[in-house]
Amino acid sequence: MDTLVLLTLTGLGLGALYFLIASGLALIFGLMDVLNFAHGAFLTVSVYAAWRTAETVGGMPGLLLAAVVGTLTGLLLAAVVELVLIRRLYGRVKEQILVTVGLSLAVPALVQTVWGADARPFPVPDALSGTVGVLGARVPVNRFLLIAVALLVLAGIHLFLSRTRYGLIVRAGVEDRAMVTALGIDVTRAFTLVFALGGALAGLAGVLGGLYFGSLSPHQGTSLLVFAFVVVIIGGLVPITSVALSALTVGLVQQYANYYAGGYGDLAVVVLLAAVVLSRPAAGTGSPLTRLRRALTTPRTRSAGGTA
Amino acid sequence: MTATRTPRATPAAPAPAVKDAPGAEDGLLRRLRPATVPVAVLLVLALLPYSALDIPVLLDGPVNSPGSLQLFALCLVFGALALGYDLMFGRTGLLSFGHALYIAGGSYGTQLAMTELGLGLLPAALLTLLLGALAAFVLGAVSLRTLALGSVGFAMVTLAFAQAGSIYVERNPGGLTGGEEGLPLYVDGVPDALVGVQNTVNVYWLALAYLVLVAGVVWTVTARPAGRVWQAIRDNEQRVAVLGRSPFAHKLGAFVLASSLAVLGGVLHLLVTAGATPHTSTPEFTLTLLVMVVLGGSGTRWGPVVGGVLFTYLDQRLGGWDLGVEPMLILGSLFVLAVYLAPGGITALGRRRNA
Amino acid sequence: MTAPPILRVEGLDVDIAGSRILTGVTFDVPASGVTALLGRNGVGKTTTIRAVLGLLPDGGRVTAGRVTFAGDDITHEPTHRTVRRGIGYAPEDRGVFAGLTVAENLALAERPGHEHRYDLVHDLFPELAARRDQRAGTLSGGQQQMVALARTLLNDNTLVVVDEPTKGLAPRVVTEAAEVLERAAERVPLLLVEQNLAVVRRLARSAVVLDAGRVVHTGDARDLLADTARTTALLGVGSRPDHGAA
Repeated sequence: MDTLVLLTLTGLGLGALYFLIASGLALIFGLMDVLNFAHGAFLTVSVYAAWRTAETVGGMPGLLLAAVVGTLTGLLLAAVVELVLIRRLYGRVKEQILVTVGLSLAVPALVQTVWGADARPFPVPDALSGTVGVLGARVPVNRFLLIAVALLVLAGIHLFLSRTRYGLIVRAGVEDRAMVTALGIDVTRAFTLVFALGGALAGLAGVLGGLYFGSLSPHQGTSLLVFAFVVVIIGGLVPITSVALSALTVGLVQQYANYYAGGYGDLAVVVLLAAVVLSRPAAGTGSPLTRLRRALTTPRTRSAGGTA
Repeated sequence: MTATRTPRATPAAPAPAVKDAPGAEDGLLRRLRPATVPVAVLLVLALLPYSALDIPVLLDGPVNSPGSLQLFALCLVFGALALGYDLMFGRTGLLSFGHALYIAGGSYGTQLAMTELGLGLLPAALLTLLLGALAAFVLGAVSLRTLALGSVGFAMVTLAFAQAGSIYVERNPGGLTGGEEGLPLYVDGVPDALVGVQNTVNVYWLALAYLVLVAGVVWTVTARPAGRVWQAIRDNEQRVAVLGRSPFAHKLGAFVLASSLAVLGGVLHLLVTAGATPHTSTPEFTLTLLVMVVLGGSGTRWGPVVGGVLFTYLDQRLGGWDLGVEPMLILGSLFVLAVYLAPGGITALGRRRNA
Repeated sequence: MTAPPILRVEGLDVDIAGSRILTGVTFDVPASGVTALLGRNGVGKTTTIRAVLGLLPDGGRVTAGRVTFAGDDITHEPTHRTVRRGIGYAPEDRGVFAGLTVAENLALAERPGHEHRYDLVHDLFPELAARRDQRAGTLSGGQQQMVALARTLLNDNTLVVVDEPTKGLAPRVVTEAAEVLERAAERVPLLLVEQNLAVVRRLARSAVVLDAGRVVHTGDARDLLADTARTTALLGVGSRPDHGAA
């Protein structure tokens, strides 16, 4: 029982981490159609910035400052990338994706050049390095921190999307970008906003990931990114709660499989992905309504692959 | 004019433009014309090991030294791998992020078939090829089912499969894969002619043969009706379905063919680098293929080959020069620049200048 | 004394994916009344609208010609800037955001710095007030059309462009739509793409007819529709009496 509790809370913690990364990806892809490979790079740069901060300042204050620094680093880096590199290619999605691919190769190499390829320990303050007793299990504190932060972020994103004007623009833009411009709204501003928001979330995820794994390395961002992509495929882009649920599922499956299936958690996730893809090929397009509308208006010849 | 630069220096223009040549030449000559450039290139490459040309800075030793030949062999292998990848990307419009799975599969598979099953190189390679093609069929079918998310879904699923493979390799279950260290080539299973520094030239020629095979397959099939359907899928999938051709079957075909060629490439990689390394299973590895293809010019005959050769050369040389900077930083940045300045790839630049 | 046309299209050539879709399209939209853009299916009516607004799909380009709105050249201007000059647009597929509520759909159309005429909207579309928190995707076709039209009238636009508002609607709903359009036309000029000729007869003052991407007739709408032979030749249908526009 205590193992189960530990596994579950660890899985939820991992899921929380995936959610932080996947939510930014989903927003960016949903609004801009851009597969942001540079997302992992944002994470990596942010965690290194956070590490430097935490080392310099030390202790709990150091970590708090590091979290702020990490988030801001991600935000600024993403904003700069969007303004300088992506915006120039407005309308050319393939090129935008290729640029993010180039960044995903160049930036970790830059980090590696400066700080070396080896993983380093992440400075975890004493308050967060202990464990807490829950139902007989000793659960590392950082799991709870991750879950708490993810919940806050989920609430924050939900509020942003449902209560603010820009959130409204993003929600509408995910559905029909052209129509948003036809209402007189400059979507490119929303692009920068969403990109920056995604970057901030990636930065936050980087710091929390450093806490969770206790270490950081130049390629950490890229491996986490793959799981974030899986989360988005399984859960879809909207609504944001669907991304959260999917992230939880992936995290839990990975943990349970790692323990009960001989350490093959990652393979289990891939099997889950395959199962989802095969059983519900229409999964992941968006809200059920959009999926329905698309299914009804798509010519029948398209479903050559067959639907469940 | 250095011998090694010839493949790129020859403008790509003559080969594809030939089909419009008016009947000034008789039928036979006209049919042979498209073959002149490839044959010339092949001749040069085949005769390379006989040249003792010394090119300072660009090469560490003379052209026919083992070090240089190994570098060329690696370049040729990647040129071929890029060409195979472009079969999916540039010709059929399939963006796969999981190509590395089949390359690593070919590499590790052949090695393990030799060490664990006691097979010789050739049977090991064939077995791996068979299994790889089978895997490609199954995984490809699953990956292509992500209809609603479109090409993005396909890309992500292939990425996930490759990542699983990559993690499996690094996990080193039962000591099989050697984890981070990889596996040194099991020379006992390999014919003597391919073992040892003095036989680097044979490995080089084998790499050349692989490139010829891939080029032959890719260029021939894309000229066939199947190739036309692939192009149509790339340009407008809906129209293909309406015309009664199955996009799914054709896409799967392209996927299986490209992946099988990649498995063979993995075998070559094993031989040329004398080992299997986990790097070949990573998503970054597939991304570098994408970079090679785009850099050279996707959807063209020579583009991917040029891109693969050039990228590999730069990657190897920049790493060897100890600049204090990771090669990928330079290459990645160059790639980003290229996206803005040369969207059609290097070969497109060359063509524009010729026009 | 006539005011200058609010919209002027001159010699417009449009290519989409290498195919020439529009050639030399020229017409004016007067500053008051309803101008009907007519033609059979596929002649380029929607493409014309899209070209005017800068909404051509990927691979679509205006290769020649000029579009002027209130004297300003808007030919290659980005859509949002053109629209902010005071153009309301209700597209063929309504463009209603299914995941947003009715109120949110309207709120999105609000242009900052202008007064928003919710009183007018609620007057013309009483049903929408009752359904303000309903997800727009769950509305009927007719109700969605109301949302689309309401959005065009929310701001004090100087031109409203409507593409096939009665398509797919039941006859009674067509009548309602026509009524709304009539009242709207009292305040703002309308450029109306419409296949339902009874609606056209009721609303339109001038008519522009397209065929195979070219303008083949411009003139008074009622004169055109009164001439059955002409109407059949240009539009392929007879002007059937009262198809839902009582």
